[in-house]
Amino acid sequence: MSPELRNVFYLLAAILLYFAIKGLTHPRTAVRGNMLGALGMFIAVIVTLIDARIIGWEWIIGGLVIGSIAGVILATRIKMTAMPQLVGLFNGLGGLASFIVAGAALAETLQEFGPIAETTETDLRTFIPLSMLIATVASGIIGSITFSGSIIACGKLMEHWYIDKWVVPGQRIVNGTLAMIAVLLALGFMINVGELHWLYWVIVAVSLVLGVFLVTPIGGADMPVVIALLNSYSGLAAAATGFVISNTILVVAGALVGASGLILTAIMCKAMNRTLTNVLFGAMAEGGVKQSADEVYGGKVKSTSADEVAMLLESAQQVVIVPGYGMAVAQAQHAVRDLMNHLEKRGCKVYFGIHPVAGRMPGHMNVLLAEADVPYDLLKEMDDINTMMAQTDVAIVLGANDVVNPDARTNPSSPIAGMPIIDVDKARTVIVIKRSLSPGFAGIPNPLFAADNCLMYFGDGKQAVVELVAAIKEL
Amino acid sequence: MTVMLVLLLTIFVLAIIVGFEVITKVPPTLHTPLMSGSNAISGITLVGALVSAGYEATVWTTLLGTIAVIFATINVVGGFLVTHRMLAMFKRKD
Repeated sequence: MSPELRNVFYLLAAILLYFAIKGLTHPRTAVRGNMLGALGMFIAVIVTLIDARIIGWEWIIGGLVIGSIAGVILATRIKMTAMPQLVGLFNGLGGLASFIVAGAALAETLQEFGPIAETTETDLRTFIPLSMLIATVASGIIGSITFSGSIIACGKLMEHWYIDKWVVPGQRIVNGTLAMIAVLLALGFMINVGELHWLYWVIVAVSLVLGVFLVTPIGGADMPVVIALLNSYSGLAAAATGFVISNTILVVAGALVGASGLILTAIMCKAMNRTLTNVLFGAMAEGGVKQSADEVYGGKVKSTSADEVAMLLESAQQVVIVPGYGMAVAQAQHAVRDLMNHLEKRGCKVYFGIHPVAGRMPGHMNVLLAEADVPYDLLKEMDDINTMMAQTDVAIVLGANDVVNPDARTNPSSPIAGMPIIDVDKARTVIVIKRSLSPGFAGIPNPLFAADNCLMYFGDGKQAVVELVAAIKEL
Repeated sequence: MTVMLVLLLTIFVLAIIVGFEVITKVPPTLHTPLMSGSNAISGITLVGALVSAGYEATVWTTLLGTIAVIFATINVVGGFLVTHRMLAMFKRKD
């Protein structure tokens, strides 16, 4: 197949990838979109295989078979609650493959050029343009950061304590130094690639360490931002590799993914009212006066029971459930669906209010609830649900904390001041299902728990909802 | 600056613009499938890996290519499959 014809097929593949993402703009067209994407990928792979340069098949077939088996096993065995770490892992593998391909392409080009000793740097430079070297370094750095950062993020999402607590003193200085070293090595590599081509792998090694250090200090609740950003990086790494091997489909697909990740990152940051730099490098803003828990809660918290909540729900016309990461941890989504069914049977309207950063990745809650057969049209975005709060009889907060803290709205000195929240406090009654009064990620007490219209229903998320359903049945 | 570089840059920038236009229309409820789907797309690097594995320039590049083929294939196959699994769960109220 001629290169021109191959590029025409790559164009077809690119169009299919575009329609894949376009399909994701609505749940009805999303399944078809994903299939178009897979078809586009398939076409790109097939036309690549019909390449005159390919002389051996055993390695290709071996790699494809091993990779496919592993991919199918991972994708079919994974539990929906573990989705964030799987996405993190896949992300990392994409970055890994990208920087390896760039490294291999560099070695191939040098091989084609012939023995270095007999030539001058000028000859080499005309053979390997500077732009290719820049792209190689970019792919090496971005790809490695994507890989090691994603693996760390994946470990954090699996809640390995040793990853969570590992913070190096003077982290920022260490990171800055590592980044500087990577850039200096990159300069050396580009100036004298003939003799210093091995520096590529040193750059990769340094970037791998940098990726680890960049992600380790970031807390669990900030994971949606990190995962989205790493998603973007994996695309940019693929695009950079596309520049190295002058391949249009890599550039197009990489750019699409890069854009997608960046948009999600921006949405997540906005939903926390924080800048990207703040999420990546800073702790939560140090608020002026930190209130102690006693000051906020002292004698004002009212505890309730399943029977009492059931009675409240009996007369409710409209109920809004606000899930958070706690629902995922307790695996309470199926119990929540039962609760919804029972309430609907009694003629009550049930909606779900989903905060953009609820959970550990963008859209985490939506996937869990979809798994439990909750129709997606009952899942309302933050702005929509807030306009419905005043007409809501009971709001049930399940395993969420900071995203319903009214301090964000009313207390300008709070560390979370200005963060958009779900206004559950505006509902007639708020039920908070939670193990204890412990603070959320922001580490601050939540005045909602002490509000006049709030009742605390202490217990494990799943157990509490199951008991609540039983109490409703007995009414 | 070679012609090829400028062409690729043009494609890159236009693709980013198109990407921004269409992705901003993805509703929050589909953000996780968007991530895993775009993730699978970033496995496109497989195309480059295949050439390195099959070109067999040296033992070293063949080895690198094969490793890259394995990981990129996991990313592509696993990514599209898991996205399909998730999307199949999204249902309307009827």
